[in-house]
Amino acid sequence: MPFIEMRGITKVYPNGVMANHQVNFEVEAGEIHALVGENGAGKTTLMKILYGMERPNAGEIRIRGVPVQIRSPFDAIRLGIGMVHQNLMLIPEFTVAENILLGVEPHRWGLWDRSATLQTVRSLAERYGLSIDPEARVADLPVGVRQRVEIIKVLHRGVDLIILDEPTALLTPQETQELFRTIRELVKQGKTVILITHKLREVKAISDRITVMRHGRIVGTLPTAEASEEELAAWMIGRRALPTLKRPPARRGPCILRVENLSYIDEGGRAILREVSFEVHSGEILGIAGVEGNGQSELVEILAGLRQPTAGEIWLDGERLPAGTPRRIRSMGIAHIPEDRLRNGVALPLSIAENLIADRYFEAPFSRSGWLNPGAIRRYAEDLIRAFDIRAPDPEVPAEALSGGNLQRVILARELSRRPRLLLAAQPTRGLDVGATEAVHHFLWEQRSNGAAVLLVSADLSELISLSDRLAVMHDGEIVAIFPEPQRLSEEEIGLYMLGLRRQPLEREEGS
Amino acid sequence: MSEAEVLRAIFSVAFLASVLRVTTPILLPALGGLISELAGVINIALEGIMLTAAFVGVVVSAYTQSPWLGLAAALLASALLALGLAFFHLELKADLILSGLALNLLASGGTVFALYSLTGDKGTSAALASRAMPALNLPFLEGVPILGPILNQHNVMVYIAFLMVGVIGLLLYRTRWGIHVRAVGANPEVAASVGLNVRALRYQALVLSGVLAGLGGVYMSMGYLQLFQRDMIAGRGFIALAAVFMGGRRPLGTMLAALLFGAADALANQLGALQIPPQWVQMIPYTATVSALAIYALSQQRVTTRHRPLMFPRTQTRKR
Repeated sequence: MPFIEMRGITKVYPNGVMANHQVNFEVEAGEIHALVGENGAGKTTLMKILYGMERPNAGEIRIRGVPVQIRSPFDAIRLGIGMVHQNLMLIPEFTVAENILLGVEPHRWGLWDRSATLQTVRSLAERYGLSIDPEARVADLPVGVRQRVEIIKVLHRGVDLIILDEPTALLTPQETQELFRTIRELVKQGKTVILITHKLREVKAISDRITVMRHGRIVGTLPTAEASEEELAAWMIGRRALPTLKRPPARRGPCILRVENLSYIDEGGRAILREVSFEVHSGEILGIAGVEGNGQSELVEILAGLRQPTAGEIWLDGERLPAGTPRRIRSMGIAHIPEDRLRNGVALPLSIAENLIADRYFEAPFSRSGWLNPGAIRRYAEDLIRAFDIRAPDPEVPAEALSGGNLQRVILARELSRRPRLLLAAQPTRGLDVGATEAVHHFLWEQRSNGAAVLLVSADLSELISLSDRLAVMHDGEIVAIFPEPQRLSEEEIGLYMLGLRRQPLEREEGS
Repeated sequence: MSEAEVLRAIFSVAFLASVLRVTTPILLPALGGLISELAGVINIALEGIMLTAAFVGVVVSAYTQSPWLGLAAALLASALLALGLAFFHLELKADLILSGLALNLLASGGTVFALYSLTGDKGTSAALASRAMPALNLPFLEGVPILGPILNQHNVMVYIAFLMVGVIGLLLYRTRWGIHVRAVGANPEVAASVGLNVRALRYQALVLSGVLAGLGGVYMSMGYLQLFQRDMIAGRGFIALAAVFMGGRRPLGTMLAALLFGAADALANQLGALQIPPQWVQMIPYTATVSALAIYALSQQRVTTRHRPLMFPRTQTRKR
């Protein structure tokens, strides 16, 4: 009898999207079960149903053969099901121990028992072989450790099954290895693990069985030992081979962006960037790899004019970039695809057309003497919607009605339609499905062919390796290496640099 | 009084004692504001709640001839007002700031209306024989030089106010309830995900903040003064909110900030005796509040302004 049995699960969201269609899913006790599929395949929805965060329209769930109703996460936890979300449910201001025992704090005479709290957390960590400092503030911890905190928190609620939603998305290869060790330890102690992911290599490395989902349906379940990566990819994407990226030849031109000894100290006095120097040439993509939070985001924001550096110089086409407003910087030919597209990339309640002219509404023909010209704006928006293949019924549709991929196309349309000299692309494919990702890659390459200099920051190492002409690695605010031919590197090798375990000798840092 | 005498008066024990007196009606609502802010539902209605409590306390003590019944009625009224605010915001999903402002306006007009209905006077409750809270004589401070005159013989509400700093500190940082309230304020989703009742905790925090503001209001009309005057809170409920932020959203810091504002208030009282137009003197507490906040904001930013993002400061936006 399977431990978890989901039968005929169908979930239709109010907006008409059918996320799960007649899904049958089984998990055996004590196994590591990988649930794989593209973004939007319905994996997370299925698991949210199991965890009580979503109610299915049809179908039933059995645990050890007994039908159960799971109406809320509390029901799920009571039934022994816990979930670690992609965005961790932790309070950064609180300590590790406070977070783990939040809501179930030990207490004596009405007062919070701090020493018992610490004691409990220490013994939990010991029991599962997880090293953790119970008194550290969560805000000060790297992502990998925060995840460990969240896992301990879920374990403490006494669950038998842990669902991990894309747990490796923000981890370095080394942290991923650490996580896998933890998962194996949990299974050894009798827990069951469901791993939601789309990284096939990891699936092969850790799981016992694999279930593949596509378009809200189950494609199949098979033992990991019998699955090949090619076969799984075919099941996931629905075609035989993984899209192989054909690299158009590079035509490297003159230096467009030169950054010299750029330093940045943040509000809290922490050194975020330390004397960063590099160049990006016309017709070249410079990739920047690094564990998130090592200065990449701030570097991009400084170059986009959103932050002022503490020291250092930025040269664009041989001209010193003045300290100025983003509008001035953009007018010099710098385009920016921001990391957090929902917050900084589009104004969600505004229409597609308004978003497309957000940086040029003050120019003719969009406005004259302070009055907008709706006709010109509409025609312009319709042109861009066609050129960038934005799937929207009308330019007046609010941006928030679009899917992630189409939203990113709106941003690309705005940023690329002005033929930038320098394109800053921060996490441009994060959260996008394969089709939209391919489109973004295509647009980046088009910019490169057109002679733009492209700075690409991404958390996806394989994307960086396949797209970049040169690859820089950042660690703790420094560029620790620049590789001229990233295609010759392995992810593990880059991981050593990302973690600061290795760095290039200084004289090579200027790269090719 | 000559200038020299005034200066001497400022650096006297009497002045320091008066600082404690005028800090009290800032400190009590500030502690209330602190609790509500940490719970993520800042109470803008402190001012109106204080005014209502001041009025209710005077009226009930006048009719019952018991200051304690007056206090009890005032605190009940404060709790009900805060409960109303919580209801508007948490049940009816009204904007917290607008609801708070509405309550302040209601309290300002409502107290004058009720006062006129009861006494025929629109300005003060002088016609009512209201009672005051007693002063406290602490025998162990008798005869102690300097500290004795500064700390002894204050109204009982003054002692309660400073005692509350410790009590609220303990409540917020050493009880489960305090941890839960702070968790709810820091991230309601996370708090809800571990089974905390976000709405109930916010109700409790708002009601408690109302009761603390009510204590401050009672002190205004039944201790500091011994009658009710229209709009007698004179912005103390808002100065209290300033003290919360200047105090770094911690109990002790809030107390220090309240003392600073109290000192400015006390100074204005002393200078009233000088040949300076009273309008100027009366500006001191408010000018002090604005300058202190400006200096505080600058000191927080001075070192880092240049490195701040121009457009997207990474401050946490409070979820409403």
